[in-house]
Amino acid sequence: MSRELTHPLPRSWWLKRPPYFRFMMRELTSVAVFAYTPLLIWALWSAADAASFSVFYEFLRGPLSVWLHVVVLVLAVYHTGTWIALTPSVLVLWRNDEQVNPNLITGTTAMLFLSVSVGVVWLVLV
Amino acid sequence: MPEQTVLEVYRYLPDEETEPRFQSYEITYRDSWVVLDALDHIKTEIDPTLSFRWSCRMGICGSCGMTVNGEPKLTCETFIRDYNTETIKIEPLAHFPVIRDLVINMQDFMEKLPTVSPWLITDEDKPLEAGEYLQTPAQMARYKRFSMCINCMLCYSACPVYGLNSLFTGPAALALAERYNLDSRDEGTQERSDVVTAHDGIWRCTYVGECTKVCPKDVDPAGAIQMLKLSYALDWAKSLVLPGRGR
Repeated sequence: MSRELTHPLPRSWWLKRPPYFRFMMRELTSVAVFAYTPLLIWALWSAADAASFSVFYEFLRGPLSVWLHVVVLVLAVYHTGTWIALTPSVLVLWRNDEQVNPNLITGTTAMLFLSVSVGVVWLVLV
Repeated sequence: MPEQTVLEVYRYLPDEETEPRFQSYEITYRDSWVVLDALDHIKTEIDPTLSFRWSCRMGICGSCGMTVNGEPKLTCETFIRDYNTETIKIEPLAHFPVIRDLVINMQDFMEKLPTVSPWLITDEDKPLEAGEYLQTPAQMARYKRFSMCINCMLCYSACPVYGLNSLFTGPAALALAERYNLDSRDEGTQERSDVVTAHDGIWRCTYVGECTKVCPKDVDPAGAIQMLKLSYALDWAKSLVLPGRGR
């Protein structure tokens, strides 16, 4: 019986190839989305009385909050965009025995996402 | 292009050495050569001890899969001219035990393939005189892409999930399961679910997606696995709402 060699993956496997790194970034950016939830919970909690909301409002106006929102927005857009790009692989649709163009599925998903986002922004700002 | 090309080849001779090493072979650059031609030239003219698998030389048999400059490739359709580097690094497929040089042990893959029952399953077999199981071109189009797999194992070599845990059923076997699930003549979706939806089945896939990118036959195993996730999840949801009405 000859000796066979195995090469276990090192912990740094995701740094070895650019596609692995991009995958890991896609996964890690979800942490930013999760990390934003305490702020939303704080927002809900502070809505109970005017004094609490004032503290929360002041925090939102501060530079730390602005930077936090910019960073989270960039990461969340990257995370969402990478998943939208993968949609046609999961959602394979057929119309009259012809496969629906994958670009149409990606485009429709992106438009839906943008529409909902604009709707939410409109609801908050107007 | 350079007049000479250097192939840095992974060598492991288990009867003589305990550790692998890289050996450089300098060969004359030829514009029409694929990596397999170069390896063949080395074995025939320079070093007969070099071991590697090959058979058809035309991207059909799936025997000559290796890691070329870090990417899983079929060496019979990987042209040397496509690499701008003077040195091309050739290694065995990743994530498999190495038997010798560029030859890997594919037993794990061969054992996994039949676990997804990759054949037509029907509730009742028709008698022979009833004729063929007919299918329209449109029905065939639903699964054709997933039926083009040549078992080259490049997808397993590109999959870090399999590299981290070899219990994962893996891309090719799961794509094959979806190929039969989508076949209009098949009724084995439920029978395959035990293996496909097991802990080491579809739910282990984190959708890195590299299996699809390296596939030489555009099979899209990553897409097949996500489709399986969606269809079995919908099945489960249906069974909650309408007991006994799963796919």
